[in-house]
Amino acid sequence: MSIFAAQDIAMNFGGIRAVEGVSFTVEPGEVFSIIGPNGAGKTTIFNMISRIYTPSAGKLIFAGEDITSIPPHQIANRGIARTFQNIELFANATLLQNLLIGRHCHSQVGLLAQFGFLPSVRRAEIAHREKAEEVIEFLGLQRYRDQLIANLPYGVRKVVELGRALCIEPKLLLLDEPSSGLNVEETEEMGYWIEDIKQDLGVTIIMVEHDMKLVHAVSDRVMALASGRILALGTSAEVQNDPEVIRAYIGGAPV
Amino acid sequence: MIAPFKTGYAQDLTLAKGPGSRIAYAVLLAVMAAIPLVLGEFYVGELGGLFIFAIAGVGLMLLTGYTGLVSLGNAAFLGIGAYTNAILLARGVPFLISLPAAGLLTAFFGVLIGVPTLRMSGLYLAIATLAFGSIIGTVLQKWDGLTGGFDGFAVQTPSILGFKIEGAWGVYYAALIVLVLVVWVSLNILRSPLGRAMVAIRDSEISAQSMGINLAVTKSIAFGISAGITGLAGGLYAHYVRHLAPDSFDILLSIQLVTIVFIGGLGSLHGAIFGAAFMRLLPQAIAMVRDDLPFGLGQLPGLEPSLFGLILVLVIMFEPGGINGRWVKLKAYFAAFPLHRKPAARRQKSYAKSERLR
Ligand SMILES: Nc1ncnc2c1ncn2[C@@H]1O[C@H](COP(=O)(O)OP(=O)(O)O)[C@@H](O)[C@H]1O
Ligand SMILES: [Mg+2]
Repeated sequence: MSIFAAQDIAMNFGGIRAVEGVSFTVEPGEVFSIIGPNGAGKTTIFNMISRIYTPSAGKLIFAGEDITSIPPHQIANRGIARTFQNIELFANATLLQNLLIGRHCHSQVGLLAQFGFLPSVRRAEIAHREKAEEVIEFLGLQRYRDQLIANLPYGVRKVVELGRALCIEPKLLLLDEPSSGLNVEETEEMGYWIEDIKQDLGVTIIMVEHDMKLVHAVSDRVMALASGRILALGTSAEVQNDPEVIRAYIGGAPV
Repeated sequence: MIAPFKTGYAQDLTLAKGPGSRIAYAVLLAVMAAIPLVLGEFYVGELGGLFIFAIAGVGLMLLTGYTGLVSLGNAAFLGIGAYTNAILLARGVPFLISLPAAGLLTAFFGVLIGVPTLRMSGLYLAIATLAFGSIIGTVLQKWDGLTGGFDGFAVQTPSILGFKIEGAWGVYYAALIVLVLVVWVSLNILRSPLGRAMVAIRDSEISAQSMGINLAVTKSIAFGISAGITGLAGGLYAHYVRHLAPDSFDILLSIQLVTIVFIGGLGSLHGAIFGAAFMRLLPQAIAMVRDDLPFGLGQLPGLEPSLFGLILVLVIMFEPGGINGRWVKLKAYFAAFPLHRKPAARRQKSYAKSERLR
């Protein structure tokens, strides 16, 4: 059974039809990539899945549950995590604090217990810290642990955002242009991490990406989008050779 | 520089980092406790006032410095706390109950104002809280039966277990104890999930949501806590001024509180206390030099507020970290002496944020 399904979803902004009649399913454990020119509606699809936007039409199904109308702050504890195209970290907090905020959906200590920092809170904090340290180790972020995000280089911040998403212990991970702003080596490294996350952690991934080399390297299936509609869906090679896709890209970004 | 050797995660959860800072805070507390034995009544009274403003500063710091919500209505919370405490005392409620009750009722008002302003931020929020402040001011003035109207009323001397807490010393110790408690609770909040959720909302609402943080609930709680702490400060303030009148809780007082957190340094509890100290000491300093100023400057009527305004603008322009920012840099300088490099303290340009909810 598929882990995620978008059924005929659409999103209108005033007169703009950013996404229209898009349906696809994602199988457990696969890397599903979405490609398409700027303004195609890729980020809008992510924003609908993370419930920041409510689809104008259609349904979103995750793990058998209709999530089309649950509030956005309950997406994380369903097991869906995401990164943002333009990095949305907590810039005036340390890397460690950012990762710990990723643990928020797993914390259930009472308000008064927090006021007094009771032993129950202390125990929970240590458990969260252990989980955050696992992620730090997994991504090799040890030497930046106590630094403010605002002082970290762009490439490191991209990795931190990935780490923060992993702290949620997601079943489904949404990556919005993980390689944007990275140099060639960093992009290659990002590719390895995506493979590790898929293989070692068994997380299902939906990825929006422009770098076709990265898409080709990690994707099980690719969906090409233009002007809010699906152009093609299949393996990376099939989609890249699809005549419709080639036409859509002429004058746009090279495939 | 001495970095404590860490052997477990629990160590990072302690409030005092290393034995040195534990000793420093213990000494500071002992000195504070002993000061009334040495200083005269006037200074003890002024220090008591400083503590009260430090408490209110911590309250606003949690809201503005940590949650990123500006409030121009915190004078109203101070007023609600002051009146509640004084009115309860006048009805024979003991101080040990009336003061916490003042905090609780004010916290309730905080949540009340928090809820309708959930979707506001920045200037809109500032104006909404300003409006709330003037509504409360009007209520305090018009509700004669309860508040004594425009003339106000004299505040009773509180007593604990039969001992009257009289004069400057009473206010001093009561404020010191409440300040220590409030700082302790605030530090606990800041090292707990709630504190991190507040910081997350301050830095990026959109990703805070995606981390599972309920914006509405967290903001309301932040408003409630901030108001509750300010209400406690208000309850003590009633004893500091000894006579309550509605015009003591006007917009100027709100602006003073905002100035405390900005000058002290947003996002730091030290900053709230430094800011309060600055706010209370500057008028004294002005009074001292007033007669010696050239060109009759000292006789200008608006000297004090304009000077505050000027300093606020200069701080925002040249030292966004406030007094605390200076303090941190100074500490780093001496810790690394003589190897200090200037760029170590240079601020990084913060990167652009483009993905916004609206
Ligand atoms: N909040 C919004 N309000 C209005 N228009 C929007 C909004 N978000 C996205 N759009 C529009 O929707 C279209 C798709 O945008 P987006 O999903 O960001 O594209 P991309 O595929 O590059 O990620 C664009 O035309 C964009 O201008
Ligand atoms: Mg996009």
